[in-house]
Amino acid sequence: MQKRIFKIESNELVARDTFRIVLRTDGTVAVRSGQFVDIAVPGYYLRRPISVSDSLPDGVVLYYKVVGKGTKIMSGMTPGESLELLAGAPGVQVSADQTKWPAEYLDAPAPQRPRANCITGLGSGFHPEKCASDALLIGGGLGAAPLYLLAKELLAQGKRVTAVLGFNKADEICLADEFRALGVPVLIATMDGAVGTKGFVTDAIAAAKPAFDRFYTCGPLPMMKAVCKTLDAPGDVSLEERMGCGAGFCYGCTVQTASGPRRVCADGPVFDKEEVLW
Amino acid sequence: MVNKDLSVSLCGLRLENPVIPASGTFGFGLELADSFDLNLLGGISLKGTTREARFGNPTPRIAECTAGMINSVGLQNPGIDALVTEKAPALRKIYRGAIIANISGFSVEEYAYNCAQADACPDIDLIEVNVSCPNVHAGGMAFGTDPASAASVTKAVREVVRHKPVFIKLSPNVTDIVAIAKACEDAGADGITLINTLLGMRIDIKKRQPVIANKMGGFSGPAVFPLALRMVYQVAHACSIPVMGCGGVRRAEDVIEMMMAGATAVQVGAENLRNPMACPEILEALPALMDSLGINNLQDIIGIVQ
Repeated sequence: MQKRIFKIESNELVARDTFRIVLRTDGTVAVRSGQFVDIAVPGYYLRRPISVSDSLPDGVVLYYKVVGKGTKIMSGMTPGESLELLAGAPGVQVSADQTKWPAEYLDAPAPQRPRANCITGLGSGFHPEKCASDALLIGGGLGAAPLYLLAKELLAQGKRVTAVLGFNKADEICLADEFRALGVPVLIATMDGAVGTKGFVTDAIAAAKPAFDRFYTCGPLPMMKAVCKTLDAPGDVSLEERMGCGAGFCYGCTVQTASGPRRVCADGPVFDKEEVLW
Repeated sequence: MVNKDLSVSLCGLRLENPVIPASGTFGFGLELADSFDLNLLGGISLKGTTREARFGNPTPRIAECTAGMINSVGLQNPGIDALVTEKAPALRKIYRGAIIANISGFSVEEYAYNCAQADACPDIDLIEVNVSCPNVHAGGMAFGTDPASAASVTKAVREVVRHKPVFIKLSPNVTDIVAIAKACEDAGADGITLINTLLGMRIDIKKRQPVIANKMGGFSGPAVFPLALRMVYQVAHACSIPVMGCGGVRRAEDVIEMMMAGATAVQVGAENLRNPMACPEILEALPALMDSLGINNLQDIIGIVQ
């Protein structure tokens, strides 16, 4: 991984307690959907992992909710201020399995190892390539954010995309217009029924019956659990866990999966539906 | 600026420099191999290892604190066989500095077994015995908080380790750290690492429950530096075996301070988690700092403060 300084281009309130921040840097950015960056918030000890909503040629778009003092401080930062991000380094993936490292990397003396001026995200990403033709994107709250970049990737691969977004209340709705601007039909579910289907995302799916061969979900654990139990299709699940290092070496975010202990930060955050033990 | 000599001698091992990522904050080394040149590091203390593979504690395992953090990983590790047959050999392929195996156990016999395996592994240079991990109910705490039981582990390990230096890593959660360090020295320890984390706790006041799933965990970070420094000073001056200083180190100045207090080598722990480049950044800053302080050889300042 690498540390990079990003400059805040904009940092705006887009829904209740919800901010959209655009960060630019001096390198080439190529983040895959589902990956995250780990932000050093001034005055706090540990970094804050935030998933990337859009990958710009020289920057990232993130959404965050003000839930505590750290995110409160972030929300007060203004354009021109800088943030230090931990991000991925291209070339060699973070992998404890040395057999997966390219030979030209292993053979080179360390200082001369290939290293491009390119910035990726941390962690694994979603798998748009596993969708045959029709994808269903299911986001709860800010879980919608990484699905936006995923929608762009799926559309670029010529696949059809439907988004289902769930929120508690109407004033929390975000990203719906952005999905629509991509030409993606959006189903909304709100708990009070003020907008869209009253109830959960699963209620919205049951009502609209969209066609899909693979689903992708990110949001609160109970929502994703309900989605996985309800939908009879393969899917990708993006897990969230309190992290230490964010890069796979402190083992602070390990979860038990069908294939053994996995670090959410480095082996995830995206896991196959079949991997997750609910 | 004259060339600065950062090398130190640790129980006959020559370290290029005294900076060592602490156990549990650097995985098995390979996880960071694509981030910077590991060969900059004087040594690497690998993740704590038990006889059997362990999943560790439930999540959340991490809590933010002022000037530090709490961890309750619970000794997640792949077991001693994986350490000696996979992890250490894989690291040795790309790393020429000192590889330190950090060994835990739930009985004196397990400590001895694990250390014998590590002793027989050609890719391990030094054995660090964790008698202090506060995360595991059945584990280290009992051994590290009492001079007699710390000595019994040391003695059992010393009897089976024939080729490598044995360091005992001590818990700070005790009343008299010197008594425990001396007991370990008398039982045959080649050196002392200190300190491990302090037992700590946070509560989520909205949820009215502990932040950490296991309720309590090990507190570390810059906040503990003065406490760690004091213990390093006390132990280094009371014992005649070398000390690896650990606790709250985050910059080159801290390394110098630890060494002046008596540390022969200095471990960097929690700081790696917030800044994975902490060790190379410290090493980059050291020569200029030494120059400004009139230090040419780091070895010269070890324990210089009386």
